[in-house]
Amino acid sequence: MNGPFDFTLALGDDALVAAQRLGEWATRAPEMEEDIALANIALDQLGAARLLLSYAGELEGAGRDEDALAYLRDDREFRNCLLVELPNGDFAVTMVKLLLLSAYQVPLYTALAGCPDERLAAIGAKARKESAYHLDHSALWVKRLGDGTDESHRRAQAALDQLWPYHHELFAADPAAPVDPATLRAGFDAVVQPVLAEATLTRPETGWTPGGGRDGVHTEHLSFLLAEMQVLHRAHPGARW
Amino acid sequence: MSEQNEPPRTPATSPLWEVFVRARRGLSHTHVGSLHAPDAELALRNARDLYTRRQEGVSIWVVPAGAITASSPDEKDAFFDPAADKVYRHPTFYEVPDGVAHL
Amino acid sequence: MYGNDFAPEQDAPGGGLLGQVEAAEAALREAAARAREGSPTPGADPAAYFADVIDADQKIEPRDWMPDAYRRTLVRQIAQHAHSEIIGMQPEGNWISRAPSLKRKAILLAKVQDEAGHGLYLYAAAETLGVSRDELVELLLDGRQKYSSIFNYPTLTWADVGAIGWLVDGAAIVNQVPLCRCSYGPYARAMIRVCKEESFHQRQGYEILHTLAHGTPAQQAMAQDALDRWWYPSLAMFGPPDGDSTHSAQSMAWKIKRFSNDELRQRFVDMCVQQAEVLGLRIPDPDLRWNDERQAYDFTQPDYDELMRVISGEGPCNRQRMEHRRRAHADGAWVREAATAYAAKRAGRTRAADQREKVAA
Repeated sequence: MNGPFDFTLALGDDALVAAQRLGEWATRAPEMEEDIALANIALDQLGAARLLLSYAGELEGAGRDEDALAYLRDDREFRNCLLVELPNGDFAVTMVKLLLLSAYQVPLYTALAGCPDERLAAIGAKARKESAYHLDHSALWVKRLGDGTDESHRRAQAALDQLWPYHHELFAADPAAPVDPATLRAGFDAVVQPVLAEATLTRPETGWTPGGGRDGVHTEHLSFLLAEMQVLHRAHPGARW
Repeated sequence: MSEQNEPPRTPATSPLWEVFVRARRGLSHTHVGSLHAPDAELALRNARDLYTRRQEGVSIWVVPAGAITASSPDEKDAFFDPAADKVYRHPTFYEVPDGVAHL
Repeated sequence: MYGNDFAPEQDAPGGGLLGQVEAAEAALREAAARAREGSPTPGADPAAYFADVIDADQKIEPRDWMPDAYRRTLVRQIAQHAHSEIIGMQPEGNWISRAPSLKRKAILLAKVQDEAGHGLYLYAAAETLGVSRDELVELLLDGRQKYSSIFNYPTLTWADVGAIGWLVDGAAIVNQVPLCRCSYGPYARAMIRVCKEESFHQRQGYEILHTLAHGTPAQQAMAQDALDRWWYPSLAMFGPPDGDSTHSAQSMAWKIKRFSNDELRQRFVDMCVQQAEVLGLRIPDPDLRWNDERQAYDFTQPDYDELMRVISGEGPCNRQRMEHRRRAHADGAWVREAATAYAAKRAGRTRAADQREKVAA
């Protein structure tokens, strides 16, 4: 990554793809109350995505708005991390994924709120409060699943085993960016470790650190996600909605 | 789908909570409805999502519905009539002199 | 479910539907302020007291005496209303992932979320009558209680999301606004809350169709096709004609229901005609015309045999909707069990800690 455009686009894509995945839960949540909570979080991510993509379009100066960036790029042009594009899986996968994502987004947006770019600072100030709620919600559920029944513990541990390798990509160093992700790791660890401990979950030991999302090299899942998201918009070129 | 024929799983029935919201500073908490949650922490979160989606509140209480003891309508007179003769508790008992505002 | 008080023209008579909701709320407060002679004196006839309260347009509250049939009617109606909100999330939820702009995606997500919220308000109102939500959910999943038949039709195109907002939510609110004056307090209050929350939805379905109807030829065709498919099912939402409606008379006497099915259907048609004109879309009824004598539109009745078939389970999506709901419920069982187990463990730990404290003291 280099420059504020790539940085802003990457954060916008993280939020957009996360929102798309969370939106898939609508009508499918384990309890009706949770349907509402997941929709809230999806709406927050979508709101952040729209602000970030709109600003990225302005930084680029090529006349692309939020919809042009969301609907008219192919998967190789998306810059989101791999973690957010992975399929929802069961509720444990979704909650562990949200824990890892929000434990990264809280220090990220907090740092952004203090950065010299006023627009990014304003977005960070708004989004960090929302991310704090996402972190609270996911931590609450990871504890309940990890320390609930045998089955929920097994599922939560499996989710952590599956997702843990993907968090490394979030902290790849980028000293030129408005906020260097490498500086956020300590904040992430300080939040995640106690939650996992209370949830009686074990961090997996693995050296595998998948990545590539920031360079547009994704998992096979992203292209399907985009195909669904973009199908209607692309079927009617130039139409207003 | 065959759920209908399967024996019912252990019902994970979560308790009922009554929700009270303080809409604005200066007002008391008002009962707004109820919801289900397995524990108080989740009940509070659910109440936030369900009853304050449009910034309707500054403070929320959740109370286990089972912890509330309610009077019966039949007991109404015994319960509430003693207060009926204490009209000095009602602000309209007092005559406000003309020209006094914000009282 | 949402309102269709979107066209400014509609605001004129009676202050629009939202105005009627506010009037209902004011009436509720006013009725509450009218002092009643205490409560049933011990030994007095509770049925007479119940009748008095209804006659005086006051509200029956949860712990009041009420006839069993009144309670049963309310439980059935409120539960089926709640089920409709929950099942009704599916046809629109079907388009969240494909919404054609990020703004539309956000609006649709918020709308489907509100439907879940409205379902929960209604289940909470039903629970005040002495049934549990779990029981009601079981009745839905077992197919022993119904939901609105309209949700058994598919959303095939994006324009269907607009048609649901305009017609289905429109028909629903014509039904719901009078329910804000229902004699049962918790139901009336839930309906007031539901109707008021819909202020942001009121225009969205209409706006979607308006944009499509003024868009490309393909978008216009999509909008007309949606109106063609949703018009008659929406008329059928008001239920069978008055002559065939079994519950109506008693419900009206109890002030649970305030207008007959046919009255509400007529009101809905009269509202829609001009709105369709503004859209530039054609209501698929060659016999639709103004009747000067009646001061209302004559229109073709929906196919009530089709309505009965859909209610009995033979609509295009009945099985799909129920299977979806059952699967979500079954797939979530382990999560609900985990939360219950965690709560029990933690309560146990707290008790143990209390014990230790006592011992230490």
